[in-house]
Amino acid sequence: MINAIITIAGMAALFGLLLGYSAIRFRVEGDPIADQVDALLPQTQCGQCSFAGCRPYAEAIAAGEAEINRCPPGGEATMIALAELLGRDPVPLEDEQAADKPKSVAYIVEDECIGCTLCIQACPVDAIMGAAKQMHTVLTDECTGCELCLPPCPVECIHMHPLEDTPQTWRWPFPRHAASGAGHG
Amino acid sequence: MAEQKSPWRFHGGLHLDHHKAESNTTPVRAIPLPPRLTLPMQQHIGQPAEPVVRVGDTVDKGQTIAHAVDYVSATIHAPTSGRVVEIAKQAVPHPSGLQDLCIVIEPDGEERWTELPEPWPDYTAIEDADLRERIRWAGIVGLGGAAFPTAVKVNTSGRRAIDTLVINAAECEPYITCDDRLMREQAPDVIDGIAILMHLVGARECLIGIEDNKPEAADALRAEIARREAREIRVVVVPSVYPSGGEKQLIKLLTGKEVPSQGIPSAIGIVCQNVATAVAVADAILRGRPLIDRVVTVTGRGVAKPGNFRVPIGTPAAFVIEQAGGYSDEIFQLILGGPMMGFSLHDDRVPVTKAGNCLLAASREEAPGIDDERPCIRCGQCVTVCPVQLLPQQLFWYAQAHDFDKVQDYHLFDCIECGCCAHVCPAHIPLVHYYRYAKTEIWAQERERYKSDLARRRHEARLARTARLEAERKARLRQKKEALEKKPAGASKDPKKAAIEAAMKRVAAKKAAQQASRENTGTETASEAKD
Repeated sequence: MINAIITIAGMAALFGLLLGYSAIRFRVEGDPIADQVDALLPQTQCGQCSFAGCRPYAEAIAAGEAEINRCPPGGEATMIALAELLGRDPVPLEDEQAADKPKSVAYIVEDECIGCTLCIQACPVDAIMGAAKQMHTVLTDECTGCELCLPPCPVECIHMHPLEDTPQTWRWPFPRHAASGAGHG
Repeated sequence: MAEQKSPWRFHGGLHLDHHKAESNTTPVRAIPLPPRLTLPMQQHIGQPAEPVVRVGDTVDKGQTIAHAVDYVSATIHAPTSGRVVEIAKQAVPHPSGLQDLCIVIEPDGEERWTELPEPWPDYTAIEDADLRERIRWAGIVGLGGAAFPTAVKVNTSGRRAIDTLVINAAECEPYITCDDRLMREQAPDVIDGIAILMHLVGARECLIGIEDNKPEAADALRAEIARREAREIRVVVVPSVYPSGGEKQLIKLLTGKEVPSQGIPSAIGIVCQNVATAVAVADAILRGRPLIDRVVTVTGRGVAKPGNFRVPIGTPAAFVIEQAGGYSDEIFQLILGGPMMGFSLHDDRVPVTKAGNCLLAASREEAPGIDDERPCIRCGQCVTVCPVQLLPQQLFWYAQAHDFDKVQDYHLFDCIECGCCAHVCPAHIPLVHYYRYAKTEIWAQERERYKSDLARRRHEARLARTARLEAERKARLRQKKEALEKKPAGASKDPKKAAIEAAMKRVAAKKAAQQASRENTGTETASEAKD
């Protein structure tokens, strides 16, 4: 009897020490769930979720402080991926109109630009080139289409251009007759 | 040499009606120059070429008009002399029907050649890198239809040594006969090209795989090999089972070896090139000529006089059809490529590109069926014919459910889109269409992921920079503050007041001195005043 108690107590102490040690030794820096959520977000950094970028929103989701339906650029696909990751129920998007917008990039009408640098300061991904009193231009490949540069522009010379399909980015459409075939087991 | 037949087989495949006789009985014909040549910047796999000419420039035949910008890219040359009239988006031969950047040349009819690089008849004395550079300069891509830049494919340095060069002369798709005619008429050029390619990749032997429905072409090649006593090159006849001309299928047929899933043939010591590509290589090395034309089969019941034509790259499809006597009454659909793997052209004014081996003017019966799709009955016929041993019905199932992870688990990217499964499907399901849909969706997702990773990195870099600048600003302010606090206590007195006092003292001293010198008396008063 005594032996059993000593053995069990000894093992409990041993495993307790082991766990305590590994908690310190193998500590994971940062929040792995926030990282996973952040990986699913589109990184537009547009702030439409009311957070100051994708990372803060991911941290809020991971902490359970925010709903998963507040990312219009990600659309339904992102919401569903988040629901799957976190084991939550899918919820309808907060702003469906914003989600239906075609993907666009900013374009600066260079003749109208006065070189005020306000848009450069607003761009979350440094996708606008220019200097004070010099004409600015958008690096199209880097632009995420967040529209954050539109409000600061004093002369409204920034327009959003929808991205057009090229033969290189074109996708085969889903086969036409599929609707009739789907659903049959 | 005795006729050599391949002892190996690949899984599945189909016996199709050949339909070769319609177009392979007459020699390759040259065609006149069209009024305009449209050269797309993307005729190959890889990065689009970048124009190096401007609108209004006069170009010579064979002059480089667009540079390969990346390692995997291809140079483009002017197919004839003339004037550049437009550099803009034009309709291109692509299943999307979208436009892409093209250079449009109006021929002047002079056929004035540019200065070409020197021919290298003794190519064995030339460095490998220079030979590859010449092939790259010539803008040669795989002419079997895939259009992968040849200079990249023959660069075997740093990889496994190559034992075998496989020459793809199977031409397995029905109707197409351009390689057949090329071999019959240019057998010496074919063997020249093979010798250069063997030298370049360091292959010990060469196997030419040719289907048994092209005996004349096989004979022509054998005669040329016998004449040169080139024992290391062998013609191997393979049965006419579609798709024997698939790269991995042909390698299996000729060597019995299988290329690993998602791998390339060089992983097992093999390089595979199309027979027309070999001729283009011979042209580039032995004659210093770039790739500016190709043989195109024009066939089908929808065209009056089927045959093969040597077509300058960039010639509109409609112009080529005219040279073949124009459309007949039976025309139903114009297909670029063969009936199995080709696609329907939205517009017959699109140009023939380097990859364009066949224009099939199909009648209603010849065109691929467009019957209504019915539910899959799980008969498994697609599994028995799949030459890659995939499970087409499972791929279909998950592609239909948009489950792109699962569809990749079933090796979607090993699918060669040969169309065997869709051909035998009793439910008329456009299976290949589903696979293409899934592939392009997956690629689009990958592009999105790449873009979002880029945006994340740039955003984080920006945050780090703003944080650093803010910290630097604060540090500067703190330093200033500290510097002020360190100054001696006397300095805390108002400096303006001190300056005024000092000035007053100076003025008073001056006055006193003046008074003293003027009166020379009352020194006491003066000294009092000074105090």
